[in-house]
Amino acid sequence: MIFDMEFETLPREALEAIQWRRLRATLERVYATVPFYKERFDAAGIHPNDIRSLSDLQHIPFTTKQDLRDNYPYGMFAVPLENVVRIHASSGTTGKPTVVGYTARDIQMWAGLMARALSAGGATRQDIIHNAYGYGLFTGGLGVHYGAERLGASVIPVSGGNTRRQITIMKDFKPTILTATPSYALHLSEVAQEMGVSFADLCFRYGIFGAEPWSENMREEIQQKLNLKAIDIYGLSEVLGPGVSVECYQAQKGLHIQEDHFIAEIIDPHTGKVLPFGQTGELVFTSITKEAFPVIRYRTRDITTLDPSPCICGRTFVRMQKVSGRTDDMLIIRGVNVFPSQIESVLMEIDGLSPHYQLVVDRVENLDTLTVMVEIGETLFSDEVKALQGLEKNISYRIKEELGVTAKVRLVEPKSIARSQGKAVRVIDNRKI
Amino acid sequence: MGVQQLSVFLENKAGRLSEVTGILAEAGINIRALSLADTSDFGVLRLIVDQGEKALDALKFNGFSVAITDVVAVQVDDQPGGLHRILGLLHEVRINVEYMYAFVHQSGRHAVMIFRFDRPKDAVDLLQKNGIRMIEGDALYRM
Repeated sequence: MIFDMEFETLPREALEAIQWRRLRATLERVYATVPFYKERFDAAGIHPNDIRSLSDLQHIPFTTKQDLRDNYPYGMFAVPLENVVRIHASSGTTGKPTVVGYTARDIQMWAGLMARALSAGGATRQDIIHNAYGYGLFTGGLGVHYGAERLGASVIPVSGGNTRRQITIMKDFKPTILTATPSYALHLSEVAQEMGVSFADLCFRYGIFGAEPWSENMREEIQQKLNLKAIDIYGLSEVLGPGVSVECYQAQKGLHIQEDHFIAEIIDPHTGKVLPFGQTGELVFTSITKEAFPVIRYRTRDITTLDPSPCICGRTFVRMQKVSGRTDDMLIIRGVNVFPSQIESVLMEIDGLSPHYQLVVDRVENLDTLTVMVEIGETLFSDEVKALQGLEKNISYRIKEELGVTAKVRLVEPKSIARSQGKAVRVIDNRKI
Repeated sequence: MGVQQLSVFLENKAGRLSEVTGILAEAGINIRALSLADTSDFGVLRLIVDQGEKALDALKFNGFSVAITDVVAVQVDDQPGGLHRILGLLHEVRINVEYMYAFVHQSGRHAVMIFRFDRPKDAVDLLQKNGIRMIEGDALYRM
């Protein structure tokens, strides 16, 4: 079912007319209300009045994660704080999160887009949605929740964790749609198996999974183990949260970008030049309806391609391929963004710790694991095992505090971490994504 | 009363222990006592050798993390209750034994135990007061 027939099936010219109108208004507003954008535009010698068509967008400077970080916490807000009704945050590269805000209208708009997205993923108002995305600063839980209510479905706000209880709820409450990160979905299937519960006996029809990269192979595994159709959903808090784009259950081939609210571009990550449809590059978004936290040409660092060809579902929105990689070294571990530099700064705060470390990411029983290997130098080495174990625990605790991610810390011998051409290999990702 | 012990950090990997013994053998160093404490990931090898400085240099040169710790070598009567008497004395004044292990050689009718105390000075004073013999480092290394 198409939730918002009027907009989701707009012919391209009509869609572009709407985009243009909304883009103009957005540019004028950010120029007038966000000092960062005014300075950035002025420095590039561009005034909103110089932008005379959608294609002129390419002359406007990019916004990066670093810019958001530099304006922590509220510098990028385009409305007074008293008009902000919700604040979310995602992890950043220095331990400080990126803070995003929403006005009441932003929340309504988001709920509408999520209702569209859930519909595209097969949900209807008859469905019961088991929402296992985390509720909190992370946008996943509340994003799905509001969309499910807008759709008129019944939502079970179970959030993440407490997996055995979730299986019991699935058995007793008979939800028909599962929303979770794909790795947690697989973990649910394993725990169900341990408890002697088969997904074939549960009532799920569709699962709508996102917040971390996953492959076609993983989709097949999920569909088979959970006995449902697995749909990919994409979003990032800087742009909105979940619901920026979503697959339709009919095609399961590419994620429709909600183009009446976001303008997508693919750029060459090195030159910044806009690439034509079909070419692979970095995805860039401009929000054209958000009030509290508009972003102009935000570089997502996600690598994908755009496909404008017509889709069997009837939606006219362009489709982005499943994200195939990143242009930076960001890792997504159980839905949490982790930059190696964040771990490094935690390690550097501990006196005497060697700057040689390595992150090993793996997927054990379908859950991401992060092991931080740290070389133990003379200063912190002790003849007592409990002191060394205490050090491991302390590092692990600090990482959890700073990044919100659970890491196992392993002390290793000096010079045992592989160095290639004098430069340490910081990340080994063994996940088969 | 100080006896110097070397501790070496070892990952739980095949061949690490023999690497250490190899380095010591090559440097002509004799191991007098040793103990290995381990976890699932790493171990700490504790050694008493005849030439501490030389062993330290050789191990550091080969990239090992090495620490030097003062431990106490205590003569224990080689008869039932010998060790128990010593531990009883320590317990009364709440001196903790962090770890202990046996020395390879016996000295006469005594066994020699290596102790790591949380308060080594207090422990030495206490044992002396109670007539328990301890062995100096120099004597021990030559035993």
